[in-house]
Amino acid sequence: MWMIRAFLPGVWLLCLLLGLALMAQAQEETGQGQALLESLDSPSYDAKAEAIEAIIVSGDERSRRWLDELLGGKLQRHKDTGRFVIVLENRGRNWPVIDALTLEDAGEMSRRDLDGIGINNALRGQLQSALAMLDLYTDDVDDRRDAARELLGSVDAPMVEPLGEVIANEDDAEVRRLLDQALAIHRLDEGDIDAIAELAGSLNSRVRAALNSATRSDDPLVADAASAALADIEQKLRLNSGLETLYFGLSLGSVLVLAAIGLAITFGVMGVINMAHGELIMLGAYTTWAMQQLLPGQPGLALVLSIPAGFLVAALAGIAIERSVIQFLKGRPLETLLATFGVSLILQQLVRTVISPQNRTVVSPDWMSGSLMINEGLSLTLNRLFVLGFALVVFACLMLVMRRTRLGLEVRAVTQNRAMARSMGIRATRVDIMTFALGSGVAGLAGVALSQLTNVGPNLGQNYIIDSFMVVVFGGVGNLWGTLVAGLSLGVINQVLEPWAGAVLAKIIVLVFIILFIQKRPRGLFPQKGRAAEG
Amino acid sequence: MWLMQPFNEGATRLFLGVLLACLALVTVLHLAVPAGHPLHVSAYTVTLLGKYLSYALLAVAVDLVWGYLGILSLGHGAFFALGGYAMGMYLMRQIGDRGTYGDPILPDFMVFLNWDSLPWYWLGFDMPWFAFLMVILVPGALALVFGFLAFRSRVTGVYLSIITQAMTFALMLAFFRNEMGFGGNNGLTDFRELLGFDLRTDATRLGLFIATGVALAMGYVLCRAIVTSKLGRVSVACRDAEARTRFLGYRVERFQLFVFVVSAMLAGVAGALYVPQVGIINPSEFSPILSIEIVLWVALGGRGTLYGAVIGALLVNYAKTVFTGVMPDAWLFALGGMFVLVTVFLPRGVAGLLGYLQGLRFQGQRFNRDRNETQSRDISKEASA
Repeated sequence: MWMIRAFLPGVWLLCLLLGLALMAQAQEETGQGQALLESLDSPSYDAKAEAIEAIIVSGDERSRRWLDELLGGKLQRHKDTGRFVIVLENRGRNWPVIDALTLEDAGEMSRRDLDGIGINNALRGQLQSALAMLDLYTDDVDDRRDAARELLGSVDAPMVEPLGEVIANEDDAEVRRLLDQALAIHRLDEGDIDAIAELAGSLNSRVRAALNSATRSDDPLVADAASAALADIEQKLRLNSGLETLYFGLSLGSVLVLAAIGLAITFGVMGVINMAHGELIMLGAYTTWAMQQLLPGQPGLALVLSIPAGFLVAALAGIAIERSVIQFLKGRPLETLLATFGVSLILQQLVRTVISPQNRTVVSPDWMSGSLMINEGLSLTLNRLFVLGFALVVFACLMLVMRRTRLGLEVRAVTQNRAMARSMGIRATRVDIMTFALGSGVAGLAGVALSQLTNVGPNLGQNYIIDSFMVVVFGGVGNLWGTLVAGLSLGVINQVLEPWAGAVLAKIIVLVFIILFIQKRPRGLFPQKGRAAEG
Repeated sequence: MWLMQPFNEGATRLFLGVLLACLALVTVLHLAVPAGHPLHVSAYTVTLLGKYLSYALLAVAVDLVWGYLGILSLGHGAFFALGGYAMGMYLMRQIGDRGTYGDPILPDFMVFLNWDSLPWYWLGFDMPWFAFLMVILVPGALALVFGFLAFRSRVTGVYLSIITQAMTFALMLAFFRNEMGFGGNNGLTDFRELLGFDLRTDATRLGLFIATGVALAMGYVLCRAIVTSKLGRVSVACRDAEARTRFLGYRVERFQLFVFVVSAMLAGVAGALYVPQVGIINPSEFSPILSIEIVLWVALGGRGTLYGAVIGALLVNYAKTVFTGVMPDAWLFALGGMFVLVTVFLPRGVAGLLGYLQGLRFQGQRFNRDRNETQSRDISKEASA
């Protein structure tokens, strides 16, 4: 006990000393910060450049904020008091500000009392690379990579040495690589031919710009090496853009496959022309929208749930159409076409009247937005990747159902020889209903997927109906593989044509191509053979 | 002469009589009855009726191929629109330097797009005879090429319907492009005069109405002559049993091609008469939905009767005018409902209903027998497919 009592004054003293020391340090920092900012507020731009250097070198933790605000024009000074402030919001007459030194709230100041610290373009460039330099010390790897990318092409002599230190202390290989490249660009500008070897193969546009200017170098050796490296890069870029076209083509193709695969069942296998197919797709898309309205704030869960829901809604609608219209028109394909077209008009107008004629927005969940970086020249958008995968999964499931289940067997039996199948005890009417429900349900699934790519509106289905029929007819009626191949290849053809023909003309060319193709091979790419082909 | 053949038929004489009487009645009511009188027919109504009549001619053209050849064309709107565009180009050239930009040769939209000369396909359209020839030849040529390719490879039934739809869809996309030189999205409009007559005067409107009526009468007689001739019988045979007709030694594709081209030309004429009365032609006339609507007119009126097509076109378009005026939202419900009800409950359309109600013994029975046979054959086809 006595020991504590003896120590107590000592503890007090210690606390006091510590507090004093902290205050002193704070004061000193304020003083130093004030001095740094004072030197920044000079009429000469050269002096300002020096001041910026000084701020960077000071290692002050506020320096990043200062430079950021300086770049944005928000670092200002009060005319009368000379106090440095940071403007938070420069709208209206009175602006809310914070103190630049303490970063504490400083109330509002009149616009007329404040003077901005002006910068010119040279300073702006210096600030940007300075900020990038500062960012190289942050803990977040992504921020460091962005900062290193920012430095490509903007390294100058005084930065070389600190950058070398940064590289030596850096753990992340990507950051090191980028910084090496940034230094190499600097060396290339100085005429160092070895730098080219380091830059070769990079797809970054700033690296290309640096190499491009090096091709005009006075030293013929450097110029030749640069053009060789550039040609190599161009080659890689062409490959990349080819891959990208292929990806977009496959993505468009997967949409076509999704839209057409249900039709391949109802039209291809059953022989029913369902012009309301597009509207079944639309119903699937609206189901997704409705799900997201029911589960606000959880777009991902809603999307997952709308896969079975979209299937069910579209399948039920399909059954209703089959029972109310199509069954009475058996064996009259052209009349079926007209009647189901009528149904499609009614469904469209129903959505317009009940929901809205305007497009509805369907939110993409976080895990579907963004893109997958393959390399610096090629990134794949995630939502399209998901739809592509989804299309393949749906196709595989459909193949399984048709090839491996009792239903598939019965469907094939009924379509090949209805009378014979019935005499074997298959209830043909039931099979009709189930098949149509299956095809319609798949249309609903297509709608769920499409809601992630396009606008959800009453005309959604109409845009896909002609394309869907084209895909089915092109692939060969009654052949699911044909639909897959036809959809994907039409998508790729469309994307390949687009760059030099334009989107609309590419579509026209594809349509004309299919029309001519059908003249040549009326039964499509993969015609059915044997008994199924008769009739 | 085979072209005079239809005048011996009672039904044709009745149709022509009714049509001409209506034309005369409207003319008298428009000219002789003073404005404000309840029986007066305004210039607006005259133009509206003229529009209906051009639609009726289009429906007759579709009925010729669908009703008598068994080809369901979902692309006849394309022939109609091409005829319309040919007429529109002539009317554009007639504007001369009275356009907004005052260019004596180039239409306004070309000046707007900074074109400095007429594209080659616009040449000659300042001459009426050339333009009117193109009204017939352009749709005819398209039908000839398209039909030649399709019929030669025996593309029939649903496949043909779908590729005709694709054809008109592709044309619509093409005409929407400004680079095509047909005014893009806005199409051709702001017409002034036709053969020197000011299009905005009532007299010209009445003249166009009468001209359309006469064209409809002539088209009807031509179609009637075709279907009652031997050629028409062969095409009906193609409709009902294509393979059998071929086995009998007829070159089915030639008959199909001939009738298809004639039908496309008629559709072109209908389009050419439609454009000056409506005052605009734009790519939406190519839209697949319009083409499929034409088929509904024919189905509603009664397929394979020709006069049924006229009745159907008039009824549906009158309903459209009324509905879109009173409650626009309900129009698509009504149109869709008509598609369903007519195909399910009224397979022979209004004409069939009339025949049924009157108990038209002989012809009605023959129609029904034809239909049942076709149907049973389709079912047996279905069963074997």
